[in-house]
Amino acid sequence: MEEINLLMHGFAVALQPENMLLMLVGVVLGVLIGVLPGLGGANGIAILLPLTFAMPPVSAIIMLSCIYWGALFGGAITSILFNIPGEPWSVATTFDGYPMAQQGKAGEALTAAFTASFFGAFVAVVMITFIAPVIAGFALKFGPPEFFAVMFLSFACFVGMSKGAPLKTLSAMAIGFLLAAVGMDTVTGALRMTFGATEMIRGFDFLVAVIGLFGISEILCSIEDGLRFKGQKAKIDLKVVLRTWAELPKHWFIAVRSAIIGCWMGITPAGATPASFMSYGVARRMSKDGKDFGKGRIEGVVAPETAAHAAGTSALLPMLTLGVPGSPTAAVLLGGLIMWGLQPGPMLFVEQKEFVWGLVASMYLGNIAGLIVVLVAVPWFAAILRVPFPIIAALILVVCAIGAFTVSNAEFDIVLMLIFGVVGYVLKKLDYPLAPLVLALVLGDRTEEAFRQSLLLSQGSLGVFFNNWLVGSIMAVGIAMFAWPLLNWAWGKLPHVAARRVAAA
Amino acid sequence: MNLSGEASAGGITSRAAEVGTALVMAAMGAAAIWDSARIGAGWGADGPLSGTFPFWIGVMLVAASLGTLARALAKPGQDGAMFVTWPQLRLVMSVLLPTIAYVAAIPFTGLYLASAALVVWFMTRLGGFRLRSAIPAGIATAVVAFTVFEIWFLVALPKGPIETWLGF
Repeated sequence: MEEINLLMHGFAVALQPENMLLMLVGVVLGVLIGVLPGLGGANGIAILLPLTFAMPPVSAIIMLSCIYWGALFGGAITSILFNIPGEPWSVATTFDGYPMAQQGKAGEALTAAFTASFFGAFVAVVMITFIAPVIAGFALKFGPPEFFAVMFLSFACFVGMSKGAPLKTLSAMAIGFLLAAVGMDTVTGALRMTFGATEMIRGFDFLVAVIGLFGISEILCSIEDGLRFKGQKAKIDLKVVLRTWAELPKHWFIAVRSAIIGCWMGITPAGATPASFMSYGVARRMSKDGKDFGKGRIEGVVAPETAAHAAGTSALLPMLTLGVPGSPTAAVLLGGLIMWGLQPGPMLFVEQKEFVWGLVASMYLGNIAGLIVVLVAVPWFAAILRVPFPIIAALILVVCAIGAFTVSNAEFDIVLMLIFGVVGYVLKKLDYPLAPLVLALVLGDRTEEAFRQSLLLSQGSLGVFFNNWLVGSIMAVGIAMFAWPLLNWAWGKLPHVAARRVAAA
Repeated sequence: MNLSGEASAGGITSRAAEVGTALVMAAMGAAAIWDSARIGAGWGADGPLSGTFPFWIGVMLVAASLGTLARALAKPGQDGAMFVTWPQLRLVMSVLLPTIAYVAAIPFTGLYLASAALVVWFMTRLGGFRLRSAIPAGIATAVVAFTVFEIWFLVALPKGPIETWLGF
């Protein structure tokens, strides 16, 4: 029960007045970011990251992670009231949330969404509290080959578990790795892929890429559908909340199942978005009223919201214990750790106990704060979308430009942000996944370093990745994940399967 | 990326965009392979050379892009799926072009003046506001940004002649 003791210490850190204040600021900012199109968890945190350099790391991570929780809550507001998912992981919430709002049950839908989110996050935080130290302890024995294997596995998961074309996932990932390699090679000092341009020597900062890819591109995508938002009225009062809460325990089984799906998908870097879809799909298939889904059933709100929030939260588990983030937002937080001078990975649990447990404690408190904030303030947040889109868009563009500039005080970064924005717009429209690109950009240097160190250990033999059971089995799972789409495709080409598919169609 | 030559009357087809994007990516991969081979990819005197890792990533990118290209070409092109229609593209450009101008102006005018101008432009051109409400909104944006960043957080943002004239 050492964890409980450490957690109590963490609460002592998180409950300091200035940290409580930052928590509240973070949650409110986060909900705001979640509501606004073009600002999401990943790029919202990327924009604010440079402003936290002067803070103690634990206060900074508390504020930034609370922005993340706030954004997870906020995404549901626009999905339900406006049928516009504020975040990709709340797309599945629109299926039943918006019909409920049209039927005048917006209050019930919002209460159910927030409560489900909170439940999902809570399950994930409890899991992190007890499992993270175990994994970190285990990972202390890791050497470079094991770390490379873990990163290999997480990238393989993107390929094996993505719903889209595996080749596109592979392309996006390769671009991320290449962008990470641009500039000075830290080992030999050689200049790589600068093609003679001095601006390229610094390399690409992933924060600038995140702001462009997720921020600017989102503005360009949302403008396509026109310039106006049409929304339903938001009214939540205590009576609606209590009535919905009285009804929710009926759906405990869906919530538990969705939380488990979410935790699993969050730890493997599949992320919150597929988790929400999967959980929604399972809930619809298992329900005896499956055909009523999409017409405004409360289960259709509970399932995706629980899973999304559980996944979003548990994405921090591999980030903290292994230094391998499970989502783009976790990747940005990881970038923050490095900037504050902390070395991500299992040593964090040994050397930075106060930081780790302060963060874990703030997850409990931040989600409680988030639940209260959204329940109380939903109408005000919804009112933001009644501000005309041109004003919102202009302000978001200005904020993104400021964010890109402050990363390293370089005007050229603003140009890069814009280029990344246009690239992101094209990639998004062609269904290239952006998450593997960002993760590869963040982890590129460390993946390469682990790869090189492993090869140095073995004098160049790839056998080093298979010379003990631990690294060998991680690599084997990774290879299986990589090959999964290929096997699936080959299976479909077998004569008898192909014939059956034609017959079914 | 100008693909309009291949497009039908209504806009850029998905197929044209797929093909164009895959070709650009394959070219990026080829550039990476070329540059990595130049600085050395393989086993050197004291470990893997600098180009080794990017070299193989480049190979992966070229292979994946060519695969995507083949799939895009194999699909019949007549299904008419649109990447973007001309009216949509016009809307996107109505946001993108002023943003490009904004980014280009920052080194000369500083960030605050350019931001104020961007807000005014968006409000009058896209939002149908009158200048008498847009100009105060633009100035307010600049003043709020200045207060938050320069005064509260002590972060210096790009400044131009006006700020110099005001003594900052």
